[in-house]
Amino acid sequence: MRLAFILGEIGSGLRRNLSMVVSVILVTFVSLTFVGAAGMLQMQINQMKGYWYDKVQVAIFLCSEGSTAAGCASGPVTAEQQASLNTLLESPAVAQYVNDFQFESKEEAYNHFKDQFSNSPIVDSVTPDQLPASFRINMKDPEKYQIISETFSSQPGVETVIDQRQLLERLFSVMNGASLVAVSIAGVMIVCAILLIATTIRLSAFSRRRETGIMRLVGASKTVIQLPFILEGVIAAVIGAALASATLWAVAHFFLGEFMSQQYPDTAFISSGQTLILIPALLILGASLAGISSLLTLRRYLRV
Amino acid sequence: MIRFENVTKVYDQKARPALDAVNLEIDRGEFAFLVGASGSGKSTFLRLVLKEDRATSGAVYVAGQNVAKISSWRVPRLRRGIGVVFQDFRLLPQKNVFANVAFAMQVIGKSRSVIRDTVPEVLKTVGLEGKEHRMPHELSGGEQQRVAIARAVVNRPGILLADEPTGNLDPTTSMGIMGILDKINQNGTTVVMATHDDDIVNEMRKRVVELKNGVVIRDEARALYTSMIPVVGQSRRLKDASGRDAPEAGVPGEGEGQR
Repeated sequence: MRLAFILGEIGSGLRRNLSMVVSVILVTFVSLTFVGAAGMLQMQINQMKGYWYDKVQVAIFLCSEGSTAAGCASGPVTAEQQASLNTLLESPAVAQYVNDFQFESKEEAYNHFKDQFSNSPIVDSVTPDQLPASFRINMKDPEKYQIISETFSSQPGVETVIDQRQLLERLFSVMNGASLVAVSIAGVMIVCAILLIATTIRLSAFSRRRETGIMRLVGASKTVIQLPFILEGVIAAVIGAALASATLWAVAHFFLGEFMSQQYPDTAFISSGQTLILIPALLILGASLAGISSLLTLRRYLRV
Repeated sequence: MIRFENVTKVYDQKARPALDAVNLEIDRGEFAFLVGASGSGKSTFLRLVLKEDRATSGAVYVAGQNVAKISSWRVPRLRRGIGVVFQDFRLLPQKNVFANVAFAMQVIGKSRSVIRDTVPEVLKTVGLEGKEHRMPHELSGGEQQRVAIARAVVNRPGILLADEPTGNLDPTTSMGIMGILDKINQNGTTVVMATHDDDIVNEMRKRVVELKNGVVIRDEARALYTSMIPVVGQSRRLKDASGRDAPEAGVPGEGEGQR
């Protein structure tokens, strides 16, 4: 009975305050979309980092079947070449710059590739043979990349030496900048949303002051009086959060999943499935924002 | 049922108290009029009973409980035991008669079947049978006040507080309302009614408590609106001696119940 009554009150409150409720929905929608966009950018950065990014700086790729580089004229790397490279890495001349290094076989390379590109159709057309084996080097000082490059580029069996960080770092700094912008906009929008929810609840409480006055007099509990107002704000915010979630999923699914991954097949994109973990976070964030701001507003503007 | 022990209520430190050391006891089942000019402390008295305000000093007991000791989450329970009627009716304009009365039961969680049984019964008590589906604006003032009374008593409170319930009504209609209040009183409900209406007080011949500047200056059983025993002067002199008799203008307390 009481539940039905509270639901009825919420319904009438939402209807009476429709324009304000719609604006709360839109503002939470926009603010949470920016929050989610920042989250998605971070997820995308992690996706692009792949297995090695945080562990090593420099990769020495060894010649494989189809290598066309000058150093690979003699065909795929042999066991002796690989052993001598290993010795060279351990020699004092090089070792002083190196923290440690690991050898990545073709099989391991294939497994890491599969993990990183799991969302991409490219994964089905790649076999372990196509991927080069490599030495992955963790530098003491990443700036000394040039020394490693000069030492190893001309060695037999080496296809190429690349500084992975340098390739990706510029891109990541752009993406980090973008997510910072998204977070700042989200912050401003969240402040907007909180104030708007507070105003909406205040108006709603004012337009129903007769009802609440009578409820007080006949001894309705604090919960029965306040809950409809709080839930009104929470429902509006949750609808906004649901819209934001749907938008982020659609961006991941249609833009990244279908458009971008066709355009840039060699880049690993996050899947729409991965964005699903953002949804509960957005819903909880929206609901708690609304709940807290309604509660604080009611404490000031609704006597119980 | 209601007991005031040396109750003082000060709204503004600079002005005189709205209630000044009031001692009063109203028994279960009694019918008492609270009379006095505007600003005499009638509304403050009612607000203290409802715990809308705290007494500055002294103790207010309602149904044996010191209201100052009731924790805030138990205040609703206190108010469920008290019905209130106002001069301006305070009905919900977009609800019909039945829904207005049912509202008081819904918000404290009464079941639908209990509401369906109780509301028509109470409407019959106040003489509104057959008007369940009228809207408040389709009713006369007297009928609206009957709805308000029905709403106040539908949860069977032990106490009914009425703050000038006949203030907006003509004399004939007022007598009808008084008949209903009397009937409710006969059924065992304690009724406290603040009023300016001398005809009604003289007609009913109930207990009269007269307040003046926050002090009880008369408390008589089966009395009239104006006293026949000149006891006013004594209390007057006492107050003058204490030097606290501030001018009457700008006294808070009156009209507070209108919010």
